[in-house]
Amino acid sequence: MTTTQPRPKLTISQKLTHTRVITKRNLLRNVRIPQLLVFATIQPVMFLILFNYVFGGAITQGGPAAAVGDYINWLIPGILVQSAVFGSTQTAVGLTEDLRAGVIDRFRSLPMARSAVLTGRTNADTTRNLWVLGLMLAVGYLIGWRFGQGFLRVALAVLLVLFFAYAMSWVMACMGLAIKDTEAVQVAGFLPIFPLVFASSVFVPTDTMPDWLQAFAENQPITIISNAVRSLMLPEQAVEFIGFNQSELIWQSLAWTAGIILVFAPLAIRLYRRISD
Amino acid sequence: MLAVQTHEITKHFGEVRALDGVSLQFEQGIVYGLLGPNGAGKTTLIRILATLSRPTSGTARVAGIDVVDDPMAVRNRIGLGGQFAAVDDYQTGRENVEMVGRLYNLSANESRKRADEVLERIRLTDAADRPVKTYSGGMKRRLDLAASMIGRPEILFLDEPTTGVDPGSRLDLWDLIEDLVEAGTTLLLTTQYLDEADRLADRIGVIDHGKLIAEGTSTELKNRLGGDVVEIHALDGDIDSSAAVLTPIAGEEPVIQGQSLTIPALRGVDTLTQVVRGLDEAGIRPEDIALRKPTLDDVFLALTGRVAEGEDAEARPTGPRGRRGGR
Repeated sequence: MTTTQPRPKLTISQKLTHTRVITKRNLLRNVRIPQLLVFATIQPVMFLILFNYVFGGAITQGGPAAAVGDYINWLIPGILVQSAVFGSTQTAVGLTEDLRAGVIDRFRSLPMARSAVLTGRTNADTTRNLWVLGLMLAVGYLIGWRFGQGFLRVALAVLLVLFFAYAMSWVMACMGLAIKDTEAVQVAGFLPIFPLVFASSVFVPTDTMPDWLQAFAENQPITIISNAVRSLMLPEQAVEFIGFNQSELIWQSLAWTAGIILVFAPLAIRLYRRISD
Repeated sequence: MLAVQTHEITKHFGEVRALDGVSLQFEQGIVYGLLGPNGAGKTTLIRILATLSRPTSGTARVAGIDVVDDPMAVRNRIGLGGQFAAVDDYQTGRENVEMVGRLYNLSANESRKRADEVLERIRLTDAADRPVKTYSGGMKRRLDLAASMIGRPEILFLDEPTTGVDPGSRLDLWDLIEDLVEAGTTLLLTTQYLDEADRLADRIGVIDHGKLIAEGTSTELKNRLGGDVVEIHALDGDIDSSAAVLTPIAGEEPVIQGQSLTIPALRGVDTLTQVVRGLDEAGIRPEDIALRKPTLDDVFLALTGRVAEGEDAEARPTGPRGRRGGR
């Protein structure tokens, strides 16, 4: 026996509507439960202040490649990446909460695009990241950070970070859908993130690390993104002094980001489709 | 047309057979009640019909469409509500319902209009613009019901719509569901409450351990017990001696639940007379004695050998649970 009904296909505009509706829903949560946004903001700002005042003096004194003036100028690009990556764990947390509340079941029973629940989630989390990054730059400015190469380059740097955070949101979406438990995912989400963030150039240059670690640290995406952002934010003579190749770093960053999305977005959608099988 | 048609559906989760060959069908325009205890497989079956989960084997059609072949077409025709009030606390009632409308591919205008209609119908208009976190549990269930209706589904699936709500809200929900059904919605409802199935469902399927063990109207199921029953409530020490009196009259052991003993009233009023006389001769004074229609409780017990779970069972005094001889 075969089905004779024509198969309804969603149009692109319907799919976009679904994504917009879900994005709005997720953003609304940040607005309606302001505590969420406040705490999501306090933590990165706290990191920024702590790292700047606790390590700043020692690191500037030590005179690494960061000798480009104050440590804050080295720190800000790295800590933007770090906050955005930490922030991406919220994607996993949000999805597990929706799973537990049965909201995902409702969405999966609706004639809507399968990808919309996930793109709506990652879009909203990236938007929230934009807010956090903006605030960090403002706080950074108050404690001494200055544009090295003008506003446009900073804006481009922020876009690079956001795009990377978006990619990491897809990784976290996979973790959320695979682990399914909010408490577990809050811990598990940081497991891949900690080594990536700390064994990188986020806080300190990599050249004092042992060889084996240096090999990892210099070639992993978080170092590459951080350095790409630095090449856009530090004064030009500093970039030259350190030896950053700006365009190469930017291209490598984009390649890593696109690569991560290409692997993890389809995987997340696949996990979502099969979530109850 | 058949609203739902399943053929030998199985669903295994690893070693667990949540569904073990369920075949059922019912036509549009009726309320089908799927009755069974926790873990019987009700939710698994609804999840398969609502395209949330794929069967391990067997086929299922909803409104004539295969749920595995063309899930999107099925989703266009169904609504799903249930156990979890799947609504967002931080959105208002109206926002929640309109959002679901948009996801059913209604235009923004249509969504707004339909949201007004369904909110009116479930009597939430006054609270519609309040955040859901200010709602009571019963109101959240009603809102969940509204959300499941906004797409004008041909077939509505409600998975334990009243589990965990207070008795007042349950009555409200029953009224609402009855209104819906009068308006012509086909409904598949799962429940662990016999009274719920009895009141709402036109046809009832009894499911246990992943198998459909009986099916029919509530009356048909009750008739399987052979008509009326005589039930006595024995005083504390008299249960065994009462059973000894009842057994020869019924030709089988009575069903004992707590202090209540039940036998089929094969000869109607005459059976009652026999029981009264027998107890009197044995010098037993029961607390209460009655000739009554069997309830779905009796049916469930007869079919599964267990008391149905849920509040109905919990409300009973605990005691030795009877077995029923003739299955």
